Order: sequence, then C-alpha cells, then structure tokens
Amino acid sequence: MNGPQRALLACCLLILAPTARSADITIGSKNFTESVIVGDLAQQSLVDAGLSAEHRRQLGGTRILWEALLAGAIDVYPDYTGTLRFEILASEQLADDSALPAALARYGVGMTRSLGFENSYAIAMRADQATELGIRSITDLARHPSLRVALSNEFVDRADGWRALAAAYELPQRPRGLDHDLAYEALASRQVDAIDAYTTDPQIESLSLKLLRDDRDFFPSYEAVFLYRQSLEPAAIAALVKLAGMISTDDMRAMNSAVQLEGRPERAVAAAFLNERLGLQNEAVVQPGLVARLWARTLEHLYLVGIAMAAALLVALPLGIAAARSARLGTIITSVTGLLQTIPSLALFVLLIPLLGIGAAPTIAALFLYSLLPIVRNTHAGLAGIPASLLDSADALGLTRAARLRRIELPLALPTIMAGIKTAAVIAVGLATLGAIIGAGGYGQPIITGIRLRSTRLILEGAIPAAVLALALQGAMELLERWVTPDGLKIRQQTADG
Amino acid sequence: MKFGATTALQPTDIRFVPSATTALVGPSGSGKSTLLRVLAGLIPANGTVRFAEAPVVDWRAVRLKLGYVIQDGGLFPHLTAAENVTLMARELGWPADQIAARSAELAEIVGLPEAPMARFPAELSGGQRQRVSIMRALMLDPEVVLLDEPLSALDPITRARLAQELRRIFSRLSKTVILVTHSLREARFFAGHIVLMRRGRIVQQGSYDELEQAPAEPFVSEFIAAERTL
Repeated sequence: MNGPQRALLACCLLILAPTARSADITIGSKNFTESVIVGDLAQQSLVDAGLSAEHRRQLGGTRILWEALLAGAIDVYPDYTGTLRFEILASEQLADDSALPAALARYGVGMTRSLGFENSYAIAMRADQATELGIRSITDLARHPSLRVALSNEFVDRADGWRALAAAYELPQRPRGLDHDLAYEALASRQVDAIDAYTTDPQIESLSLKLLRDDRDFFPSYEAVFLYRQSLEPAAIAALVKLAGMISTDDMRAMNSAVQLEGRPERAVAAAFLNERLGLQNEAVVQPGLVARLWARTLEHLYLVGIAMAAALLVALPLGIAAARSARLGTIITSVTGLLQTIPSLALFVLLIPLLGIGAAPTIAALFLYSLLPIVRNTHAGLAGIPASLLDSADALGLTRAARLRRIELPLALPTIMAGIKTAAVIAVGLATLGAIIGAGGYGQPIITGIRLRSTRLILEGAIPAAVLALALQGAMELLERWVTPDGLKIRQQTADG
Repeated sequence: MKFGATTALQPTDIRFVPSATTALVGPSGSGKSTLLRVLAGLIPANGTVRFAEAPVVDWRAVRLKLGYVIQDGGLFPHLTAAENVTLMARELGWPADQIAARSAELAEIVGLPEAPMARFPAELSGGQRQRVSIMRALMLDPEVVLLDEPLSALDPITRARLAQELRRIFSRLSKTVILVTHSLREARFFAGHIVLMRRGRIVQQGSYDELEQAPAEPFVSEFIAAERTL
C-alpha cells in the first residue's frame, strides 16, 4: 500500500472509529436522571452477567431512543408503559398495558415486566397541610375550592391534563401555570397548596410532600420497563428480566434524590443499589480530571465540526458555482439548501437515526447539511457580484470557461466565499453541542448533563469552551481570509474605505 | 464597469477594411457598442460573423487573434499590471523568456516604464491603466484590435496624449482596428473610414469629408453640426 492509499484508509478508519461499537450490547437512556440511573442499572447487571455492555447516556427524548432501538443503534432502553401507549404506539389505541407486548413484538421489540415502580403524574401537597385538612385523595381536594393550585404549563395545556382531571373529579380550583422546578419551591414556601408532580420526583421525600390518591383511576399507569431488541441474546434478556419487580417507587425516589439532591454520580448510585439488593460487585469508575475531560471533548467537538465542514466544502463549492452559472439551477440549489436549513435539528436527528444510527455519524451529517447554505449562497453571491465588464474582458482574451473560473472568478469571489465558510463553521460549532443528545459527545455532553442536574458549573464546563472555540475559529478564519484575499483587492478596499 | 443596455441591431451588413482603422460612431443607444461586442463574440449574433472571409465557428480560436480594450481598461484587480498583460500568454504556455521579451517590447511601444508594471490596477493612473490594457490586447500580436470608448474615462490632457500615441501605435503596427466612440472628432482623428450609426442602424459610412459633403440623411448633418457647437 502506498502513501496516499494509506492516508485514505486512515481517514476512513478515523471516520468510522467513533461510531463503531466498543461493546456487544448498547444500552440507551433518555435525557433525564431517572432514565440514566436505570440505564446504569441495566449496564452493570449485564456486565455482572459476563456480557460486554456499554451505556450511551442521556440521548435526548423518546422519539430518538425509539428510532435508535429500531435502527439497531442501541439494543436496550428504559421506557414507561404510558409513554408507549400514548406516544409511540398512539395510533394503535391500545386498551391497556397488557396489549403492549404483542404490539411491540410487531416491531421486533421485547418488553420486560414492570421494574417495580411507576413514574406517573400525581397531585402533591405539603403533608402537614393535607393531614390538617384531612385530604387523602384527589376527590378530597374538590371539597377545598380555596386551595391554590399551580401546574406545569405542559400539564395545563394537555387535553388529558388539567381540564380532563378537573372534569373527572369536579375540581373547582383555577390553576395557574408554573415551571415544574419552581413549583416545588413555591409549595415548600407555602405560596401554593397543590402542584402536579411525578411520582418518583426526589423532592417528594425531601420536602415531606404527600401524593394524593388517584381514587378514580384518572392517570394512566406509567410503569417502568426495559425495551429490548428481540434479537438480543437470551443471557442478556435474562439479566434484564432479573431486575423486573426489584425497584420500588421509594427505591427509585431515593436514587433520584441521591443524584439530583446530593450530587452523587449515577454510576455510583446504581452500583450501590445493585450491591445492596443483588450483591453485585462492580468496580468503581474513576471520573477523569477537568483538563482530561476538556481535552477529550475538544477533540470530539473538532472531529464533528472538521469532518462536516470538509464534506460541506467539497459539495457546496461546486453547487455554488453551478448556481452562479445557470439562473434556473441557482434557484433550485438555493431553495433546496435553504429548505434544509429550516428543518429543526431535533427533527433532522430523528430522520437520520434510521440511516446512520446514533453518535457522531448522524451529527456530522446534520452539521454538513446545515453548512451547505452559507457556503453555497456566498459562493453564488461572490461569483454573481463580479462586474460583467471583467467577465467580457476575460472572454475576449480567449480564456476557456475553466481558466476564467480558476484565474479570474474564484480569486475575485474568494473573500465572499471565505466569509460564507466562516459563518458555516461558527454555526457548526454551536450546533455540534446538540449532537450530545444523540450520543456524539463534544461540549454538548456537560451542557445537557448540567441542564438535567441543574448544575450551572457543568453547563459552563461545556458552554464556555464552545464559545471560546467559536471565537477562536472565527479569528482563525479571519486571518485565513486576509491571507487568501488577493493583494490587489486589498488595495481597492483601502482606497474605497479611505 | 457595467455596459448600458444592449441595443437591438437592425439588419446590418458591414465589412471592415484590413490593416486600417474604422470608427463606429453614434449617439448613446445607437448600437455601436453592441456591434463591437457581436464582433468580439460576446453577444451571439443572429447573422454570421466572418473572420478573414470564413464564418466564425470556434470563437475561442478567433479571440486569440483579437485584442479587446474597453473604457477604463477592464483590468483584473487581483493581478498586477504585468500579470494582466501576460495572463493569456502564460495560459497558452509561452516560455518565460518569450513572455518577458514580448512584454518589454510592448512596454516600449505604449511608453510605460518598468515600475508601474509591478503595481495593481488600483494603484495606477487612468492613463496607465489604459496603456496596460492596450498592452494586454496586443500581447498575442492579434490581427484585429477592438476598442470600446478607450479614452472616455480619461481627463482631457491624458486623453489628448494617449490619443496621439494610440494613432502612432496603430499606424506603426498596421493592424485592423475597429474603434467605438461617441465623438465624431475622435473618430476623425483615428479613422479614415467612419461608420455612423443611429438606433441600431448604419446611417452612412465613408470618410469624414464624404459624410460632411454628401450626408445621406439630415441626421448626419445634424450630428456633425452638434459636435461643432461644443
């Protein structure tokens, strides 16, 4: 193998490397603490059973996990029966949870029994006030119209939320909307009397709250289960099934509390639980230091942006040139690249997962698509802005089309093209942080963990380097821009400025 | 620099005298620049353009035998004067010593010293830019030189000096020169043969004296008289 071939092979390996699986079984988890803890429980149980398993943590929302499972990018993830019935399989209108296994099997997906806890909607009050007023169930709440109810906006808006609940229980209160985290503080400081809660929220214990009994069975059940690909090896399924029924609502609340309120790492909390209940011995995981973390994430981030930008350049420059050559082609090209720009990044990820799985590949593909428009548009504008008299002079000299492009048009359009590349690169650095929700790593990783754990320190650990990288890249591109701008054009700029 | 709108040409049949200078004259919108651009192959012609009696099929081959100079030079701003002049020769793969010799010869012909040749167009005076443009047009030793208002962007003194030199250059090189100008005085100064145009049509052609003494239409006399009053 000669030099260039070797270089090409190295490039291919480099592109594939981060997307390649480092373990036989991949577990995914959603972007909230409970899901991450349960994902760790699964991973550690599988490892204990002698299997090779990795955990792709906090991968965005339901849609992303479900698509990743179907695409085979992950093999296992925890979900809730209510979510399966009302979101993923909503069109099938399943009567109850017992219809789920058969419905999932049609997708090649298996489901464990309930892990033992439910994460459902509930109405919470301060325990002392509830006792004082003799309120035990939601029915009791209806007898106290003066109680102040505050609900998360989502719960107010949903058709199966407050309106349906108020109708079912004939509740007279008029709720106001309040952010879910603020609601707990408002409740604790006695500014409101009842809020909506999730049954495993750790604050229920730490703030001594009481969950009112849903005595008319209004809320659907949201039992926690593992979903897995049916092709998964039997030993792995057996290890997952062993966890069914093992985790009570109190257990889960305590584990959520340990992570969210005490700041312990999910891995350690999961390991302690498995050790206590199942006698599992897992090695402690040592978190790398800040510098090592930053360095690794910088490499991940640069990798995402670098590959995407290189590919975008190879495609967008010819497209921009083609757009400048033919008005009709130009309209088509700018419309299509403009349309790509309008696809929300989350939707684009969901579209790309069936094709490319999760991790770096779909993130790079998304960054690539978003980078096309600024480069195409500026290439087109740079070429279209060249005075017609110069093109006439070039043609009259006898330059061929190719020579005119290379000798005259591209050098004259270069400053504009570079500005487009700079815009695309700076946007890509910012957008790449979103890749963390599909497991691409980079600076987005600490940001989403920080948002999940409400840790400003973690958010800044990702946001500051991302901002610094964007600024550094902008500075470097400006130097490059100055360097590639033909000297003759700088003079013209000077005289025009002066 | 943008050209004015293209004027639709009326059915026109015109022959140019080899090794002599012909001036296309007329007011704005007369179609004189359009005709010149058709001759340079920059606008597709409805009819046929013949070069040395043969209809032009391969424009690129013909362009190598044409020199083209426009108002304010049309120099490429990102190339130095020398690079502008030698661009096409380098593109055709001329050896470096031949390029250098031809450049030096042309610099002597147009009277341009060495120093400005290393500068960019934006650093040159208007007169220098036109001299460089003429060098560029003559680089490949073309058979025909087309000039579109080559003097109109210059101040009067520079214009007068360059006009003198251009006439001297053309007579020395004895090329077929086709010059577009809106000034009858300029046309008379350069060309023995004048083609007067109006609204895309050739009104009359001949020497200045013929136009003056035997005007084909009242417009011819009007055009001559108008220039005298100014």
